[in-house]
Amino acid sequence: MAERVLMKGNEAIAEAAIRAGCRHYFGYPITPQTEIAAYMAKKMPKIGGVFLQAESEVASINMVYGAAATGCRVMTSSSSPGISLKSEGLSYIAGSDVPALVVNVQRGGPGLGGIQPSQSDYFQATKGGGHGDYRMIVLAPASVQEMASLTIKGFNLADKYLMTSMILADGTIGQMMEPISFEDAEIETYEKPWALTGTECKRKHNIVNSLYLKPDELEVKNFERYERYKIVEENEPMWEEYMMEDAEICVVAFGIASRVAKNAVVAARAEGIKVGLIRPITLWPFPTKALRAAADKVKAFVSVELNMGQMIEDVRLATECKRPVSLCNRAGGMIPSPEQVLESIRKAQKGE
Amino acid sequence: MEHKRLTLFAGHYGSGKTNIAVNYALRLAREGKAVCIADLDIVNPYFRTKDSAKVLEEAGVSLISPQFANTNVDLPALPAEAYRLVTDRETYGIMDIGGDDRGAYALGRYVPGILEENDYRMIFVANCYRPLTRTPEEAMEVMREIEDACKLKFTDIVNNSNLGTETTAETVTASAEYMEKLSKLSGLPIFATTAVENVAKQLPEEFSPVLPLQLQEKYFDLPSQKPGNRPLWG
Repeated sequence: MAERVLMKGNEAIAEAAIRAGCRHYFGYPITPQTEIAAYMAKKMPKIGGVFLQAESEVASINMVYGAAATGCRVMTSSSSPGISLKSEGLSYIAGSDVPALVVNVQRGGPGLGGIQPSQSDYFQATKGGGHGDYRMIVLAPASVQEMASLTIKGFNLADKYLMTSMILADGTIGQMMEPISFEDAEIETYEKPWALTGTECKRKHNIVNSLYLKPDELEVKNFERYERYKIVEENEPMWEEYMMEDAEICVVAFGIASRVAKNAVVAARAEGIKVGLIRPITLWPFPTKALRAAADKVKAFVSVELNMGQMIEDVRLATECKRPVSLCNRAGGMIPSPEQVLESIRKAQKGE
Repeated sequence: MEHKRLTLFAGHYGSGKTNIAVNYALRLAREGKAVCIADLDIVNPYFRTKDSAKVLEEAGVSLISPQFANTNVDLPALPAEAYRLVTDRETYGIMDIGGDDRGAYALGRYVPGILEENDYRMIFVANCYRPLTRTPEEAMEVMREIEDACKLKFTDIVNNSNLGTETTAETVTASAEYMEKLSKLSGLPIFATTAVENVAKQLPEEFSPVLPLQLQEKYFDLPSQKPGNRPLWG
């Protein structure tokens, strides 16, 4: 059996990143993700890596951009307000087609908000955040084990598609502790002929840049990029289905909300309600096909979220509004109880 | 188990200090003692002593907790009331100190009073399954950093080796060699071994005294992690 250790979600991200070959971490402290930086600060000097606490979030994301341009595995982590500050850099990284891993351990917002868990950066992560046409691969872990495995997956996908992978977690998953192991991790490596590694006067120099002087050239770049995004949408959606075989009601929830929802599904089943759960693991690309297929079988959807209803828009789009979709939510750092989710399931069952 | 007037729990973050402090306070209360527990964690705003406020209150344990604990104010400030633990010598005091050296800085201001009374136990909580203290040497490093930060030496070790919900008696017994080495390196005795109640019952004699732990159910526990439910989560 693989060696088990007891880890916090935040630590699991840091350790997984190191195992994935990340030797460059640039960050700026913010609750509730500071353990990632603390872990890196402790470990990176011992393994010949770089831990650097930048003067700001803006500085740290541009350090990520610079390191990514050299082809090395690099990451930063922050929480909601800090990700807003990093958004300019995220757009530049996307516009330069270099791979990076960014972690958002979400807290309540908007504004300075609070420090308690939230999922209210769904729009920011999946629809943009920074300016311009771009996408990020958005991975939503629901356990400490997934914090680790999706971090490794995130690095692999970033290198494969020359994109930013974002781990979209929340304060609870960042802080909670569970036993995990790393043995099964598959670490992929990719050639990076585009990287700025020094020509040694033996080849033409590479350029990493997001500025294009001619609009027609910029347009071509955008079209090319979206061709690549299409491949990601085709090949990379990940989701989990739970008790969906005979389900009449489909609960949709990701991350910490899915754990609460799972308890509610078990409770509703005990009442005889045929209910199941689809848990998107990639939020972009969204598991559209799974939701669309479910829309032909179930009579209603319930979207459970720690925000004012953000993913629900993608659920409606994916299901082409074929079935009613209701929202079960808390916001501002609060978490729905299994009872609240159960009540929403009962209402959906009655067609309310 | 012989109790000192003051018991301080410190250690690596995530080693289990808060759970043990709460359970130890409840044990003292059950023995009929007047008990006060103080949350001195200035590092971590999640999962703290105040989460157990109800069970502590029911047991008659008084709780001193930072004013802004469990709110959105991430302010590392301690209440003036916390001095009561040092000055009120009629009450058994328990201090739950924040993780690592950073958490231990908060203890420094109480140390002169603690040393003057000299009726305390400063406990290093150790879990050999935590990734940054996987070896006794790494645990020693954390121990020294904490002592440097708070200017108080550890007197005892508590073996809290566990893998959360996966903990079995074997999980705990496999920690024996590690703990023996840590005890030898530090020159400190193992004050107690801790485990959740059903595991604690199964531990062999050599691990006594055992402090059985009652853990709070959390809203994010999965169906498979709740007692009596079959495993459902892959």
